[in-house]
Amino acid sequence: MSAHATSPQFKDNAHRALQDTQLQKALGNVRHNFIERRAQAAARLPEFEALRDQARDLRDHVLAHLDLYLEIYERKVTEAGGHVHFARTAEEASRIVVDLAKARGAKIVTKGKSMVSEEIGLNAALERAGIEAVETDLGEYIIQLRGEAPSHIIAPAVHLNQEDIESDFRRVHTWLPKDRDLEAPESLLAEARATLRAKFLASDIGITGANFLVAETGTSIIVTNEGNGDLTQTLPKMHVVVASIEKIAPTLEDVAGIMRVLARSATGQDMSVYTTLSTGPRRPGDVDGPEEYHVVLVDNGRSNMLGTDFEDMLRCIRCGACMNHCPVYHAVGGHAYGWVYPGPMGAVLTPSLIGVDQGGHLPNASTFCGRCESVCPVRIPLPKLMRHWREREFERHLSPATVRSGLAVWAFFAKRPKLYALSARIGIGLMGLAGRSRGRFAWMPFAGGWTKYRDLPAPQGQTFQAMFKRQRGASR
Amino acid sequence: MSESPKNPKVGLFVTCLVDLMRPSIGFAALKLLEDAGCEVVVPAQTCCGQPAFNSGDRQTTRDIALQVIDAFSDCRYVVAPSGSCGGMISRHYPELFHDDPGLAAKARALAARTFELVSFLTDVMKVEEVVARFPRRVTYHDSCSGLRELGVQSQPRKLLATIHGLELVEMEENDVCCGFGGTFAVKYGEISGAIVEKKSENIVASGAEVLLAGDLGCLMNMAGKLSREGKTIEVRHVAEVLAGMTDEPAIGAARDRDS
Ligand code: SF4
Repeated sequence: MSAHATSPQFKDNAHRALQDTQLQKALGNVRHNFIERRAQAAARLPEFEALRDQARDLRDHVLAHLDLYLEIYERKVTEAGGHVHFARTAEEASRIVVDLAKARGAKIVTKGKSMVSEEIGLNAALERAGIEAVETDLGEYIIQLRGEAPSHIIAPAVHLNQEDIESDFRRVHTWLPKDRDLEAPESLLAEARATLRAKFLASDIGITGANFLVAETGTSIIVTNEGNGDLTQTLPKMHVVVASIEKIAPTLEDVAGIMRVLARSATGQDMSVYTTLSTGPRRPGDVDGPEEYHVVLVDNGRSNMLGTDFEDMLRCIRCGACMNHCPVYHAVGGHAYGWVYPGPMGAVLTPSLIGVDQGGHLPNASTFCGRCESVCPVRIPLPKLMRHWREREFERHLSPATVRSGLAVWAFFAKRPKLYALSARIGIGLMGLAGRSRGRFAWMPFAGGWTKYRDLPAPQGQTFQAMFKRQRGASR
Repeated sequence: MSESPKNPKVGLFVTCLVDLMRPSIGFAALKLLEDAGCEVVVPAQTCCGQPAFNSGDRQTTRDIALQVIDAFSDCRYVVAPSGSCGGMISRHYPELFHDDPGLAAKARALAARTFELVSFLTDVMKVEEVVARFPRRVTYHDSCSGLRELGVQSQPRKLLATIHGLELVEMEENDVCCGFGGTFAVKYGEISGAIVEKKSENIVASGAEVLLAGDLGCLMNMAGKLSREGKTIEVRHVAEVLAGMTDEPAIGAARDRDS
């Protein structure tokens, strides 16, 4: 089963988020840190903009030939001794992993960070089968302690402050002495590592996502900063890669090109700390590696996006830059979006994957400021794609009735310049008189959404077109 | 660099907000354009169609776009005191007709002749300075469409620097959205309110007495927030200051205050 969505309650979610002072404090970090670092990283590399073009073109090329590359990829994985499983839906994907785990009699699996495993609801499926899933990425580990979903695609616990995390550790790690200092991030990491070490050693299966699947070699690649992914995939006897179908890159060299924009866009690093390549199970003579290597390729709605207005979205390399630069994300955080993928990329992807009737708020809750598109390393026109969703909603009569009727009245006048001029002159004259003394309104019918949060400046009282006509008419 | 055109015929696209809410911006634009040597006409007009476009109503948007294309067909240039409406015509009109080559060509032709006011003055008319006095400390907000769709950033600052007595202080995050977003401000009023609250903090922290920007929608949003918070910062369209036409009360200010 796909992860449960609260996206239809976006407004309520957002309201709660705006009232949550701890969350607001944590979001302040997103607003500043990521942005500054990305800007500096981009500025340090003169060819950065050209690399973005190349990354876009490469991703487009892959999507145009996805079937072909997937076939090659599958063949190469098989040649290397691995197994590829195609999953059409979230349910199918989870079932494949659970079946693999059961076949091995697995009790405990360790996991590297993977958004697609969130998407398919993998942890819940494993739990239902009586298998313990342990997140090994520090951020993921923290939110697992809290029973939460990630609020950001690369920084899952970014909605938390250091003090929130410290108190979660003390609540769950009951063995911690009171005077143990957990203030520094390193000390939290050390504490998590100590606990995770035992899990790594006991783990029957390591599950990771993939940043890239290389067709040429049948290799899956993850980029991380903690190295947890390496332990996850090399220590247990079985490694299962769960990845969505569009992660394909034709060659290793292509990956190298995209990696030059990935980390810079994400965290402002030139490169992530670890880049780990896995090709099949352990071969004779290898010093480490799993006995079995499986790849579960998840479609879950993506192939339906190919060839549509939304194909551009499949270029996404999950860097997170769009949400890092989004004023709406900064205001409400990731959980308000109500499903796996937040921010601008989520506002396009969520309706694509769970339906616009579920995710319809998300592409509407945007000012179209365009900052996301201006930083997206693969140049996805996010505002345009959000607008496409609004068009779909309008066509299917899903937009709210008040919006539709307001729009219809406005359109009636906007399409009739003479009538518009006349009624505007009268209407604005009245409004101008009413607002003249204070210069603004604290309340206005039909604009409660505006006046509840700010004043509405009053009009000057005449229309430009009427004044201009009078002036120029008289002088000619 | 190419020479500026001699007395080009410019159609002023007033924008619906300026037409309805603050005609003085239209007159400031008129003065700036005429001072730069343009022959300015004002064809009958309503709106550029953005409310429909951003609500997903393509048919209405196309109808309105055709009306605009028609009304401004004999103008050498179309100039709007707004990056948002200028961007709508010059960036989005062509997209609307991609399935109709004839209309698409017309839309592209209009798009190529359409500019935001201040960048038109500097980039096309090669205006280097304005003659105005405004001895105040001002800060400038970069409205999103102008900034990211049309590259309007240095142009207003360049002309503001030539105003006698004016001191420009930059606020933090001057290129971050104010939270207006057209109908977004009403449909998602609470989120919009939270975004403009941060903007208002940055404006106040800059120490400026006057806030300027090039888009009336954003200005009304920020002015409305500042006045709701009891702040006395004056809010004006950049054209008013560039034209030296600041007698009208500021946006959201009472008519009889200080007079
Ligand atoms: S849409 Fe672009 S900016 Fe956003 S996560 Fe994907 S690649 Fe990064």
